[in-house]
Amino acid sequence: MDLIIILASGVATGTVLLYATVGEIFSERSGVLNLGVEGMMLVGAMFAYKVTAATQSPLLGLLAAMLAAGAVSQVHAFITITLQADQVISGLALNFLATGISLVLGEGLTSLRDVVPQLPKFSIPVLSEIPWLGDIFFNNQSVMVYVGFIFIPLAWYYINRTRPGMHLRAVGEYPAAADTLGIGVYALRYYYVFVGGLLAGLAGATISLSISPGWFGALTTSGQGWIAVGLVIFAQWNPIRAAFGAYTFGALRRLVLDIQGPATVLGLANPFFYNSNLGFFLKMLPFAFTVVFLVIGSREAMRKRVGTPAALGLPYIRGQRGL
Amino acid sequence: MTDAEMTKATSGFKLPFVVNIEPRVDNPPKWYSPMLSVLAVVFALLIGALVIWLGGGNPWAAYSHIARYSFGSVGVLSDTMVKATPLMFTGLACSLAFRMKLWNIGAEGQFFLGAYGASLIVLLPVLPEDAPRWLFIIVMIVSGMLFGALWGFVPGFLKARFNVNEIISTLMMNYIAIQWNNYFIYAVWSDHGFQLTRMFQRNAWLPRLSDLAETMPFFRGLTTHMGLVFALVAAIILWWILAKSRWGYEIRLIGDNPRAAEYAGISIKRNIVLVMMLSGALAGLAGMSEITGVVHRLQESISPGYGFTGIIIAWLAKLNPIAVILASILFGALILAGREVQPAGIPTLIQGVIMVALIASDYFLRNRVTITRRQEV
Repeated sequence: MDLIIILASGVATGTVLLYATVGEIFSERSGVLNLGVEGMMLVGAMFAYKVTAATQSPLLGLLAAMLAAGAVSQVHAFITITLQADQVISGLALNFLATGISLVLGEGLTSLRDVVPQLPKFSIPVLSEIPWLGDIFFNNQSVMVYVGFIFIPLAWYYINRTRPGMHLRAVGEYPAAADTLGIGVYALRYYYVFVGGLLAGLAGATISLSISPGWFGALTTSGQGWIAVGLVIFAQWNPIRAAFGAYTFGALRRLVLDIQGPATVLGLANPFFYNSNLGFFLKMLPFAFTVVFLVIGSREAMRKRVGTPAALGLPYIRGQRGL
Repeated sequence: MTDAEMTKATSGFKLPFVVNIEPRVDNPPKWYSPMLSVLAVVFALLIGALVIWLGGGNPWAAYSHIARYSFGSVGVLSDTMVKATPLMFTGLACSLAFRMKLWNIGAEGQFFLGAYGASLIVLLPVLPEDAPRWLFIIVMIVSGMLFGALWGFVPGFLKARFNVNEIISTLMMNYIAIQWNNYFIYAVWSDHGFQLTRMFQRNAWLPRLSDLAETMPFFRGLTTHMGLVFALVAAIILWWILAKSRWGYEIRLIGDNPRAAEYAGISIKRNIVLVMMLSGALAGLAGMSEITGVVHRLQESISPGYGFTGIIIAWLAKLNPIAVILASILFGALILAGREVQPAGIPTLIQGVIMVALIASDYFLRNRVTITRRQEV
């Protein structure tokens, strides 16, 4: 078992979680909890695959995926921002709706026989020469992985150091004050829910066009959208922590899948090789670890008294006494 | 949006009417809320029809197919009730937790553990093979509820102790539960290497209506089982707990106003754990009744998402245990007869649209919307 290979594919798998998690961070930072990530990812994955199959252009597929998931997210935005309904229940509803849409429109895609082109993979010339790190991060990775590397610091910078980022945080922390200063609370919340949708769609497209190509119904995402929502809490709404969590989780997922391969691990007989049924316990691990990550994140948040955007989950009603 | 803004927004177009929206101060009439729910369902069915039509199908044929194969005869009606039974339990489980604003999304996993708990009694075995049927039923109920409650206890405890978000933890427990059952189906109790356990012996089955066919031929071939009776009893008990008991009052108070509940000396943490456990036990009963009443063995595909549909049912029933019964029958029909509708995702889509429309329609409960003719100035 080559650890480098596992870590490298862990980075690829983690990229999916990265986009979904940071997308949800944008949405939650503006004060809107969107539990529909899993469903939006499914919509993205399905549209990406379907459009790419029809046009033979993965780039168009990617674009369609983002726009479709973004459009779906606006259902949640309308219900929670304009109609001021409960964000939790609306997010759950969005999940059902989006899953239904992806299943209906994805009918027949699983048995598609056409050749569907994937997103390109390549190595970065100089960086891939670095021992260890080069092989893990820069050797024959999907283009989406590299975009992810650039995206992490940009997202952090945008949220913490730019003027629009400050408005975003203001709207999520103290919407009434932001409103007084002339920041359009409703418009911004719509906008960032849309951004969250775009990124969830991107995450879905990354799966179906690159990481594990194809459309397998609800199994395409297999709970990764929910893990992403969990990672947001662990990340304490910070894109850099989110990246750390996403890559760790990606590596964990790969480790779980790959550890069954070799007959010996570190010179010892591999129990997972000799008894394949123990694999069911391995498959529990990513989900069990999400719970562990949540415990860690919640404890830290309690200790440091940081975390949740103050207005998260609360509809903003102009003229009503809030926070 | 305020009235002024609304008027401003519409004035540019010079519509012949004005839409006024103001927050409701009085309670809406009693018929108002059920009417909105019915409208939401109708709206969802219309969307479904549109999608079927766009997909090249005949919506009228699809819906009359669903109606005929779910309510058209005593036989299919009985099958509808079989599908509705687990939904009643999961719908009740969600209603109870949601009433306290505790988001138990884990009914699916608790369903699987309930099924596991019931199977344990036969397959471990806990009871001898020829134990009397009544004993089997009682022990299986207790075991199914215990394992479901255990699966609810974990996220409940984590929330009470570490403030861990229960939405994510209950959902993660679902995935863990499926793998847990798979291990036993594939490895421990596998029947000759197949991915299912052996068939339970007949005295571990819940009695069915068809068991009465010898004396009453009318019941021949009817698969409705005793789980339905348990579900109805559970609904009545839960209604009593929520509406009449002191504990129910505490649950409702925590749900509506946790701060007031805390001032009143109600332990929120204790109730989080208790409600999650009872909610899990109810979902566990769903798994138990499905295994012992319908499938008669433990296998992989025992649920087409009963736990998730339970969420929608709870919402459609406005968290009222008695209304859960009716909503479950509707969704039972949709799941039973919707299987053959093309494209295959239609029932899921309809469920999603129902829920979205329901939540959106709540706006009209909280606000008074009036449309008046524009006065020419």
